[in-house]
Amino acid sequence: MRVIATQVALIAQRSIIRTFRQPGVWIPPLLFPVMLMAVNSNGLKAATHLPGFPTKSFLDFFLPFSFMQGALFASAIAGTDLARDIDTGFLNRLALTPVRGSALLLGQIGGAVGLGSLQAVVYLGVGLAAGVHIDAGVGGAFLILVLAVLIAVGFGTLGLWLGLRTGSGEGVQAQFPLLFFTLFISSMNLPRNLIEVRWFRDIATLNPVSYFIEALRSLVIEGWNAEALLLGFGLVFGLIAVAMTLAARQLKVRMART
Amino acid sequence: MKQRFNVATAIAYRQTTILLKNPSLFLPPMLFPLLNFTAFAGGLSRLRHVPGFDFHGGYTAFQFVFVLLQSAAFGGVFTGFGIARDFERGFARRLLVSSPKRGGIVFGYALAALIRWIMIAVVLTCVALAVGMKIGGDGVDIFGMYALAVLMNQIGVLWACGVAMRFRTVQAGPLMQTPVFMALFLAPVYVPLHLLRGWIHAVARVNPLTFLLESGRGFIEGSPTQVAMAFGIGLALVACFAIWAFDGLHRAEAAGG
Repeated sequence: MRVIATQVALIAQRSIIRTFRQPGVWIPPLLFPVMLMAVNSNGLKAATHLPGFPTKSFLDFFLPFSFMQGALFASAIAGTDLARDIDTGFLNRLALTPVRGSALLLGQIGGAVGLGSLQAVVYLGVGLAAGVHIDAGVGGAFLILVLAVLIAVGFGTLGLWLGLRTGSGEGVQAQFPLLFFTLFISSMNLPRNLIEVRWFRDIATLNPVSYFIEALRSLVIEGWNAEALLLGFGLVFGLIAVAMTLAARQLKVRMART
Repeated sequence: MKQRFNVATAIAYRQTTILLKNPSLFLPPMLFPLLNFTAFAGGLSRLRHVPGFDFHGGYTAFQFVFVLLQSAAFGGVFTGFGIARDFERGFARRLLVSSPKRGGIVFGYALAALIRWIMIAVVLTCVALAVGMKIGGDGVDIFGMYALAVLMNQIGVLWACGVAMRFRTVQAGPLMQTPVFMALFLAPVYVPLHLLRGWIHAVARVNPLTFLLESGRGFIEGSPTQVAMAFGIGLALVACFAIWAFDGLHRAEAAGG
């Protein structure tokens, strides 16, 4: 157990250092969601006039979008980095060492978790500075950070699976629009009950991303909503478990090939 | 003139062939506007019930114009990535040496961007019509809307071309796309201009792309508005960014590709 922990720590350290050594990798995921939050929260302010809209501040409503967008960037970073390791032969060399597959996966996700944590703090800080009021208080703000990091871990693990499956950074990047699609076709812009187009509302209801957003959003605009939080946390743990299983299986295939 | 034309068509042919042979280069720029269209037209259609929303063509048509212009601009920007890649791989250096008229290089990339966007526009239009988009304008109006999108495409490619030829690396990608993205989203994307409030209204009111967007929406609704202003701004921007792109070409020549 101690050996695995050491292996995880070493690989995670490498992953974190590699991520933060490339400003082109970590600056856009920090800035881009903040810019979109500023523009969209003003551009869509008129939506708060719709009957049944749950808050008077669209910024409060829209804040969770930044966390989700940050998580998608984490996915792309984790997948691209792992694909580069495959491309450069680092994974082959690692296969000759006693490193365990589980340690490799947990360690590789380190960079995405590190960036996800930084993103969560920055987005929340910017939101609070811009006037966001967290209805669930300080405890709620802490829980937002925890959930945001877990979502980044979930999508980051999904990125690992894509990296292992495609074996190329370009392949991972090409999947990015599909991941983005899951965000777009959710309740990110309007509450589900206000989505007018039925097929869109149905897909948004089936889409787990809607529940991640609604769990985060509930802490900001509703306070403590047990149902939203249980669904959000439950589904994010489910995502991590499924993505980790897929990645572990793919790692076995990849190691067998090498 | 003929030599310049030959250079331009050869580059456009090469860029288009590369695009069609690489789904990873072709599909994301195709999917991006479709995703935006789905999210905006499908997820936000309730916004047409906001008091004061006075666009009569339906929310799908309202968003279609934005996504069409966005796809046109990004069709140009993504071509800029290809230009930067050509410089990184040394192809541009050989191109500069072998072209009898180097001005044709910029025209070639601009033509490639147009061809690329036309393919996207056809798919986007088919999807919009399939989901029941209403068109209030006549043939001339629709021609006007697509003409505005062509101008937008050329603005995008000439801007990106100028950046790519100055930096000559794909790492300049964020510099090519972020200003375009911000300029587009600082226009009235989700609701008409008069429904925006606060700083975004002040910015959108002076944003040149607002005129193109509002005019395009007028065309599809069948009540053209600010047409001369929109085309004037569009042509002026094309002229400015053409100077920017050709100056970039001269800098690339001076740097030896």
